[in-house]
Amino acid sequence: MATTAMRHTPAVPQAPTGLWSWVTTTDHKRIGVLYGVTAFFFFLVGGLEALVIRLQLGAPGNTLVSAEFYNQLFTMHGTTMVFLAIMPLSAAFFNFIIPLQIGARDVAFPRLNAFSYWIFLLGGLFMNASFFVGPLFGAGSLSVAPNGGWFGYANLTSAQYSPGPNIDFWVLGLQILGIASLAAGFNFITTIINLRAPGMKLMRMPVFTWMSFVTQFLIITAFPVITIGLVFLMLDRVFGTTFYNVAAGGDVLLWQHLFWLFGHPEVYILILPAMGIVSEVLPTFSRKPLFGYAVVVYSGVLIGVVGWGVWAHHMFSTGLGPIADSVFSASTMLIAVPTGVKIFNWIGTMWGGRLEFRSPMLFAVGFISLFIIGGLSGVMHSSPPADLQQTDTYFVVAHFHYVLFGGAVFGLFAGMYYWWPKVFGHLLREGLGKLHFWLMFVGMNLTFFPMHFSGLLGMPRRIYTYGAELGLDTYNLISTVGAVLTGVALLVFIANVLASRRGAAAGANPWNAATLEWATDSPPPVYNFSVIPTIKDGLPLWRTGGMEPSPLPAVPPEPIHVPGGSIWPLCTAAGIIIVGIGALLHHSLWPSVAVALSGALVTVVSIFKWAFEPFEV
Amino acid sequence: MGRAFLRRCRAVPWAAGLPVIAPLLIGACSGDPYPQSTLHPTADAGSAIDALYRQIFWWAVLVFVVVQTALVVTLIRFRNRPGAGEPRQIHGNTLVEITWTLAPAAIIVAIAVPTIKTIFAVRGDAPADALQVEVVGHQWWWEYRYPALGIVTANELHLPQGRPVALAITSADVIHSFWAPKLHGKRDAMPGRTTRLVFTPDSVGTYLGQCAEFCGESHANMRLRVTVQSPADFDAWVAAQTVPPVAVDSTQALILAGEAAFKRIRDPGNHSCVACHTIAGVSGGVLGPNLTHVGSRTTLASGILANDSAGLARWLRDPLAEKPGSLMPTIALTEDEVAALVAYLQSRN
Repeated sequence: MATTAMRHTPAVPQAPTGLWSWVTTTDHKRIGVLYGVTAFFFFLVGGLEALVIRLQLGAPGNTLVSAEFYNQLFTMHGTTMVFLAIMPLSAAFFNFIIPLQIGARDVAFPRLNAFSYWIFLLGGLFMNASFFVGPLFGAGSLSVAPNGGWFGYANLTSAQYSPGPNIDFWVLGLQILGIASLAAGFNFITTIINLRAPGMKLMRMPVFTWMSFVTQFLIITAFPVITIGLVFLMLDRVFGTTFYNVAAGGDVLLWQHLFWLFGHPEVYILILPAMGIVSEVLPTFSRKPLFGYAVVVYSGVLIGVVGWGVWAHHMFSTGLGPIADSVFSASTMLIAVPTGVKIFNWIGTMWGGRLEFRSPMLFAVGFISLFIIGGLSGVMHSSPPADLQQTDTYFVVAHFHYVLFGGAVFGLFAGMYYWWPKVFGHLLREGLGKLHFWLMFVGMNLTFFPMHFSGLLGMPRRIYTYGAELGLDTYNLISTVGAVLTGVALLVFIANVLASRRGAAAGANPWNAATLEWATDSPPPVYNFSVIPTIKDGLPLWRTGGMEPSPLPAVPPEPIHVPGGSIWPLCTAAGIIIVGIGALLHHSLWPSVAVALSGALVTVVSIFKWAFEPFEV
Repeated sequence: MGRAFLRRCRAVPWAAGLPVIAPLLIGACSGDPYPQSTLHPTADAGSAIDALYRQIFWWAVLVFVVVQTALVVTLIRFRNRPGAGEPRQIHGNTLVEITWTLAPAAIIVAIAVPTIKTIFAVRGDAPADALQVEVVGHQWWWEYRYPALGIVTANELHLPQGRPVALAITSADVIHSFWAPKLHGKRDAMPGRTTRLVFTPDSVGTYLGQCAEFCGESHANMRLRVTVQSPADFDAWVAAQTVPPVAVDSTQALILAGEAAFKRIRDPGNHSCVACHTIAGVSGGVLGPNLTHVGSRTTLASGILANDSAGLARWLRDPLAEKPGSLMPTIALTEDEVAALVAYLQSRN
């Protein structure tokens, strides 16, 4: 860094090209794209699993897949959608958008950021490899994918009741993925606190950055909790400890408390970024600032805080006792208040506006409409007696898909259509975008609305088959048809991506939006901003004098340093995966130890090289 | 475009909403199209939960209508029209925001009060005269013990109408959840813990249920049924279950052959029916269901097969095909053995 004085002409860093430049990249924008592409791939994998699940349940007594494979499918569908699709899709936006929204050149720790991505990618591949490696473990089938549910309740996951490698893949894969989330969480908190442009006060930050900020705090506090639960489980399985072994004085409810203490904040980790996206899209297409900005921010913070006090509402059926039931019921209902406030503020944003129903806006409005339904069914089973009937039925499946598909996924698609021109420099096609929206809106409702009825009328979750005597054939068939339609909608989206890839240049601010990411080129130069602007207003592009200089100069007047590339984050991540593979082999002692030790060696050497690497342009 | 969007936005949830309201209004239907429904209760606890749910349901309908209407009206009214000017830049309105914070809070209170009342009403305090039944979840079947009556049976729970019943629920292996929705909500069966459900059945009939907590490969096949009988019929059932099993005499050759097959030890693996199943006076195995009065049950293998000759034969030939992962192995039985076992087991009624 000390050698910069040598140049007199401004140095304008150019983005390097080629595969190697992507493998070693530390540019938050490239890492964002990598996150997005990878997460979308896993989203399609999880969607395919869902489609097979729906085809199996399309008729009573269907035999498309075996019981065992069905159990693997729903376990991996949930695990994939939560950890490999929705969280990393949000992370794609954190990476690409947050530094641009706060006026930074990159995240605080660019190489740690690359490390987060690589460990996410390799961890996801590690877990999904279980579909193909059965013979290596002497299993009678090709697939030994995790089969204990995404919630992995003890003691079904114990070595006694699940002796195969299935649960090992799950328990190790989740620990590996947790590393990615934690590293990214600390990185973004540091970035948002330290790297904001001058004048970008906290209460001038765009709401997406705000909600992401809250999300990072949830991640760094919730993931350690599940890590503890997973470490206990791993020790039980590999070394014969007895944390969850009732016969030896352990307790199966310990897992449930640890899992849901993580699991409920996790719900907000999934939904808050989408709420942030919607809070960006609505003002842009209403031509009006967000109604009650401060209240939207505070209610997001409040949701994050109260979200820590509700976990036992996942456990009403364990018989917690009337006092605990009442307390957790009340705290859960309380969350409806800040959530309702957000919805009203979004409607208030549109009220009096000039609404343009472009693709991002359609998805944002769809989000609100569907999220209302998911919120209302959520209030229904916040009531413990009602929950005793509804929990573990398709009513709950309907509920959380309205929240996570109607909510998070619609929100993320709003974000994709909205920021696509910023990321790739051209817009997605409007006609295909609308077609995508309507197919997905109809398909989604067709899939999940009937599940309210099938659940209330007696359809339990996680069953690979059901009898015709339940009278639920029609509801299930409708859900299956809806799932196929939703699949078609995703194909339309893919077609849109392909069809529009040579579209006309979008320009810096195609939607005439208010926030800072739209002040720079599309796609942004590698250094993001030619000069770091000084922010005078929360809506810098809508207010005269909202930022200085405005517009930004086309060429940087001063030399700019951007972080160079590094291979060591990838090598460190690879070392950790090798340790995981070693742990997977724990049934044969010496191979296991040898692989794990060599992985540890790779990790240590890579961290060492990383630490002493000269890291410049 | 805006109008089309609005029409559909409004139409989809409402069109789909009709079926849920219909069963709510119709109530219990004749012929029982939904034998596992949560909306057609036949016990005090189930009814209390149902009444609470209906109350919450109508609050939800109210909120749904108000908020979706507000959304739709906003979308129509403020859609971009040609020549529309720049909107007024409003940042908020304190009075409005306080109102729409308090309104949901008030509705929450309206839901919380009956909720907490119902929590205490269905908490599980059993009156002294309650019929005590121990429920034990197994992978993948239900064991019922009536300690005061000396009955041990499986999968089909018999209860008298009008008498409080107290279920003490636990598990022999992993976590299960006992759920007979017409009677009560679900309660988990956990190893090392005992949980309770208390309710009073109010109508004679047979009600379906099943395990509601994922418990492994054949979770879907862990079904149950509850037969609520008039007190007289229940007493008759108790009497039949508590008489010593009929002795097999030498004139019943097929049944006699079945008893022999039941006791036979088979290679490889030393499999034998007696190792896992109890038939009073014959064997004492406890890993599988007690078969002392198996012939009196209507279904087999926790409700997945009819308990008739065909169903029994299917089960005996290949249990793993009927219930994947089942502890009961598939044993190479001759067709003669199958026929003999069917006759023998049917005679245990």
